[in-house]
Amino acid sequence: MTTPIYMDYSATTPVDKRVADKMMQYLTMDGDFGNPASNSHYYGWQADEAVKKARQQVADLIGADAKEIVWTSGATESNNLAIKGIAHFYHKKGKHIITLKTEHKAVLDTCRQLEREGYEVTYLDPMSNGLLDINVLKAAMRDDTILVSIMHVNNEIGVIQDIEAIGNLCREHKIFFHVDAAQSAGKVAINLAELPVDLMSFSAHKIYGPKGMGALYVQRKPRVRLEAQMHGGGHERGMRSGTLATHQIVGMGEAFAIANEQMDEENIRIRALRDRLLAGFDGMEEVVINGDMDARIPGNLNISFNYVEGESLMMAINDVAVSSGSACTSASLEPSYVLRALGLTDELAHSSIRFTIGRYTTEQDVDKAIALVREKVEKLRDLSPLWDMFKEGIDLSKVEWTAH
Amino acid sequence: MAYGEKVMDHYENPRNVGVLDKDAKNVGTGMVGAPACGDVMRLQIQVDDDGIIEEAKFKTYGCGSAIASSSLLTEWVKGKTLDEAAAIKNSDIAEELALPPVKVHCSVLAEDAIKAAISDIKNKA
Repeated sequence: MTTPIYMDYSATTPVDKRVADKMMQYLTMDGDFGNPASNSHYYGWQADEAVKKARQQVADLIGADAKEIVWTSGATESNNLAIKGIAHFYHKKGKHIITLKTEHKAVLDTCRQLEREGYEVTYLDPMSNGLLDINVLKAAMRDDTILVSIMHVNNEIGVIQDIEAIGNLCREHKIFFHVDAAQSAGKVAINLAELPVDLMSFSAHKIYGPKGMGALYVQRKPRVRLEAQMHGGGHERGMRSGTLATHQIVGMGEAFAIANEQMDEENIRIRALRDRLLAGFDGMEEVVINGDMDARIPGNLNISFNYVEGESLMMAINDVAVSSGSACTSASLEPSYVLRALGLTDELAHSSIRFTIGRYTTEQDVDKAIALVREKVEKLRDLSPLWDMFKEGIDLSKVEWTAH
Repeated sequence: MAYGEKVMDHYENPRNVGVLDKDAKNVGTGMVGAPACGDVMRLQIQVDDDGIIEEAKFKTYGCGSAIASSSLLTEWVKGKTLDEAAAIKNSDIAEELALPPVKVHCSVLAEDAIKAAISDIKNKA
């Protein structure tokens, strides 16, 4: 069996071979397997050295100080720690939080939990291109607002928010600013030495590192305090207890170091592939790109093929692994809340496909995907009663459907 | 979601795709579902002088299970009387295609479609 072409790099990435090779040196008896907290013997010192180096590698990619990096199990934990940590520590200052409707569930569900605890959360609507209107944010700010949490790059549509402008506004109003950067690190330049950001979440597995590993940047000057969510041995300056997973940390460090070296040229290559993919759909009818095309990471193309249901299209092009905003791909049977928040009709949301291109995508992969999509969209439209109706000039929004 | 063999077979080689003349007296059309829900089925049946379904066609916008459910249904109704066709249960379709619980609504939609087509043809008589 030949495996499908992988075009779902925003879901996860394969671990880079160079990263995996490094990680394997920190597991076995002949490697540096020690507990980095064992500060009385050789094994601990070796592991601690490795963790230190990785901390610096992560800090280097994002223009931070190594002391500002807190290891976590992934971006979900980082988001939880940042948002709950700020809310719980500073609750006397206020109990209002602002976020965006298109955030990742790790932010939205954390906010929902805080609502149950008595906090108030404002969920802002993005503009139809997925970007946040800074004036909308400004209007939502209150005297009791303690935190704004806005993602850097959206996981579904790949749009890049202007975190500098958002951060400046937060600074003016003395509100903490958290950014979920799981989808941006290694793709968009980040310099936290200059960016007005207090907390930033990172993931290793979105940038060719291992799953189960992440970090939270916690600014030191001025100092940002957090209430720990995980209690125990007081690791990570008390912010996140738990024995450090040396091999995972080394993997994340190596992945960030590689990204630091390769990002610029990799972005050029990936952008060319993405543009080739998009150009391949030229001339097809009723194709809509979701999200802003300019303020977008190079590897993302989220596109709706109207009158074709996304899951059936994914099935038809099963030689290419992608994802869809279709309801049928979710347990809830609701179409993508991100696309709905942009104001897309349900049917366009149901018809969306997300292609995400990465380090190992080739031109041949892209060409194969184009040919498959063109063939299968045509086949499925021949099967689609909606396509018939569209061709007959019937306005689908005026039809009385029997919703079920 | 991984599908069973029968769903894949109907999905890849759908039977009886097409359109019948919806204005013909011996053709019944059932259109069910909604684009907003992610599936719309149009099922058409044509009966001969003895009241036997001689032709069935469908078009479906929806996931693989919805397409397979309607494709299977067109195969089943051919050669049946309207009453026999009306007796087809969604659970029969779900069982034949081994639909997972989250996809059972696709078979419900197929049952609704044949019922709607039958009632359309009866209204014309």
